[in-house]
Amino acid sequence: MSDFDVIVIGAGPGGYVTAIRASQLGLKTAIVERENLGGICLNWGCIPTKALLKTAEVYEQLGHLEAYGLSVQGRSFDFGKVVERSRGVAKQLTAGVAFLMKKHKIEVIEGTAKLEKAAGAPKAVVALKAGGSRTVTAKHVILATGARARTIPAIGFEPDGERIWTYREALVPKSAPKSLVVIGSGAIGIEFASFYRALGSEVTVIEALDRILPVEDEEISKAAHKAFEKRGIKFRVAAKVSKLAKSKSGVSVDLEVGGKAETLAADVAIVAIGISPNTDNMGLETLGLKLDRGHVATDKHGVTNVPGLYAIGDVAGAPWLAHKAMHEGVHCIEYIAGFKTPNLTAPIPGCTYATPQVASVGLTEAAAKAAGHEVKVGRFPFKVNGKAIAAGELDGFVKTVFDANTGALLGAHMIGHEVTEMIQGYAIAMTMEATEEDLFATVFPHPTMSEAMHEAALDAYARPLHI
Amino acid sequence: MSIEILMPALSPTMEEGSLAKWHVKPGDTVKAGDVIAEIETDKATMEVEAVDEGVVEAILVDAGTEGVKVNTPIARLAGEGEAPAPAPKAEAPKAEAKPEPTPEAAKAAPPPAAPSQAAGETGATTKAPAPATLNGSGDRIFASPLAKRLAQAAGLDLAALKGSGPHGRIVKADVDAARGKAPAEAPSFPGAAPASAPARAPQSLAQMGIPDGSYDLVPLDGMRKTIARRMTDSFRDIPHFPLTIDLEIDGLLAARSKINAMLEKDGVKVSVNDLVMKAVAVALKRVPEANASYSPEGLAMHHHADIAMAVAIDGGLITPIIRKADTKGLAKIAIEAKDLAARARDRKLKPEEFQGGTFSVSNLGMMGIKSFASIINEPQGCIMSVGAGEQRPVVKNGELAIATVMTVTLTCDHRVVDGAIGARFLQVFKSLIEDPLTMIV
Repeated sequence: MSDFDVIVIGAGPGGYVTAIRASQLGLKTAIVERENLGGICLNWGCIPTKALLKTAEVYEQLGHLEAYGLSVQGRSFDFGKVVERSRGVAKQLTAGVAFLMKKHKIEVIEGTAKLEKAAGAPKAVVALKAGGSRTVTAKHVILATGARARTIPAIGFEPDGERIWTYREALVPKSAPKSLVVIGSGAIGIEFASFYRALGSEVTVIEALDRILPVEDEEISKAAHKAFEKRGIKFRVAAKVSKLAKSKSGVSVDLEVGGKAETLAADVAIVAIGISPNTDNMGLETLGLKLDRGHVATDKHGVTNVPGLYAIGDVAGAPWLAHKAMHEGVHCIEYIAGFKTPNLTAPIPGCTYATPQVASVGLTEAAAKAAGHEVKVGRFPFKVNGKAIAAGELDGFVKTVFDANTGALLGAHMIGHEVTEMIQGYAIAMTMEATEEDLFATVFPHPTMSEAMHEAALDAYARPLHI
Repeated sequence: MSIEILMPALSPTMEEGSLAKWHVKPGDTVKAGDVIAEIETDKATMEVEAVDEGVVEAILVDAGTEGVKVNTPIARLAGEGEAPAPAPKAEAPKAEAKPEPTPEAAKAAPPPAAPSQAAGETGATTKAPAPATLNGSGDRIFASPLAKRLAQAAGLDLAALKGSGPHGRIVKADVDAARGKAPAEAPSFPGAAPASAPARAPQSLAQMGIPDGSYDLVPLDGMRKTIARRMTDSFRDIPHFPLTIDLEIDGLLAARSKINAMLEKDGVKVSVNDLVMKAVAVALKRVPEANASYSPEGLAMHHHADIAMAVAIDGGLITPIIRKADTKGLAKIAIEAKDLAARARDRKLKPEEFQGGTFSVSNLGMMGIKSFASIINEPQGCIMSVGAGEQRPVVKNGELAIATVMTVTLTCDHRVVDGAIGARFLQVFKSLIEDPLTMIV
């Protein structure tokens, strides 16, 4: 007899959501967490950064209140309190997850799990936080151990806790650095650049590829580059960093751009060059678990090559996003429970919460063409959208990519104020396999910035109404 | 305790049907065996009998409702001695279902019913002129907008696809799989051949020069839609050819008189058509290649001759089947044929009595038709069209003579029955008809 039906290893967003769904399905469930409930997302990622970025946004707005007919004297901030608020938000949500575990009668085992071969699914030997160890067995074990910041010690890409940071250190600094180099222009790098720049740091972002936010549509990258530059962020793209080192007063970065060597000096460097999956020291090699480029290899249901062992979320591969982990977790446990899951490919949206925000779902124009689609592309700028004008949020635009032959919405890309709150409209459309006509026929409320989504669809078929 | 009356399955394959008529109303007392309702599929009407005693508490599905899924509660009986509770209108048939199934329940739950398979379907794949979102019984087919458009472009009939999306909705992956484009997760579409050309869009009568108001429009009922769809699909998609042969039937008629004289005391009367069916059964046994169906997986060589006979009925036609006719004597065939035809005219056939079959016989001889070529009844390989037996001049030993001659035409599905096979079958058939004694051997 197993102790549980399901053990989930890792209580990040993927893990705890999987556990809740398992419990809803009537499965006796335990979850093992070595650090904090909520994982990186709640404690060191999605949530605390959003708290910081809200501070940055409000502070930035205070800087140009006159546009709204307002004025304020003596704009200032208390950096300690800014960070404190962010930590408070994280703490509140962690407590929320603890409540949810209790509500769903999920046993939380605090400690570090190691898996060992057993008759059925591997058993978990947990080195308990409180001391001692406990062995637990289950019919199904789901790995949701997530990932951590990728480091390359050989060229100095490694946090030192003082001047070289990863996201983790960047979330709890003692003070805002005067100058900052961010290595990597993905969502994490750009969000920190945006936050620190808003609070006055001199920020330079270094990107190895030829454009920032390289997973986004090229036009979005270009617009983002411009918008961030306008706010004073400097960029080095197509830049190869050869060395990051501590100097007397801070850090120095040796890089090469277009064949020209350059050395940047700053107080602090943030390394944001991607993630490494957490697969170490868990006994996975003793199980003969198959990996794929460092990530656990799974099929589309999260099934691994080890009987009874599943993997979801960051540890199972890109994109490394909390909502992707939750989606996979729910799918995996429903599959285990014998659900016939709908044969749908739900596209996974991506969001960057800088000012301005960037959000996208589906294929970029270039990717759609590379995949052999003949495309119709629509665009609509916020600067002619009534609500955006009224709100004074003119930056940005919406871009749609349709298959010219079938009318399928292949992708949508947005940059602008709160676009991260709008992208799900397109996500629903794509998941339900909407065509351009369905988007034409949908009524978008007026006045909202979402009308630009309607217009961008109309524009792809050369029939926009307001431009 | 209330007892729920569920939508019955009229055949093992039935997934849904129409609730044609209620014979009871709330407050009526019923005994086990009482007819309480009539259920209609596209070809048959069946009576539903009460299994339990009680008072009808509520009618949950109104008469005239189409597409009622099998096992849906259709009415509720209050058990004996109970006062019937008024039908609470808020109570949906499944109000008691828990929002989340347990894993066991989830496992046990049947896969979402395919909303597309008409009850009268024989499983043959079809292509429709347009991506109609109604199936043969007029029920809505759930498909994503993109799936609808892709199906139209490919000339695929949505009704022939099985949906793998939420609640069985047809999604892009299903259409792709049907077009043989992408690996289907669960290959559910037997005929994955892409359509050679998109079918033409139907034109309105007005577009074709018949003004509105110059005719009365008879609505399409389930049977008409099924006939239209199946015949269109068959005629368009099956490479068919006719083979015609003349048979002298004087010997057959003489034999029939003798047989009927013998059987008179049993009240059995054998028709020429019964003799034709008997001969077909024997001929199929001797030429088994003609008793076959084409399928993409291979040629199905049938073990028995299940002979479908076309019966004209009000509003259409239906083809009840003499099962294993090759194992049945002439008298038995005659009795069965008479019973099936009578019940077909009353629309009282069970679906399993008219679905399937391996060979069809259609006879318009009694109406004086000399010869005609029928349309293949999918998935059968052949259909025989029987004309009138009439006196015609024939040449015998170089001299003109008079004989009773009947012309039959065999329409063959060339994918499975080639010309030589069809011809061989007709030769055997002719020898049996012209020398009926050989049928006994």
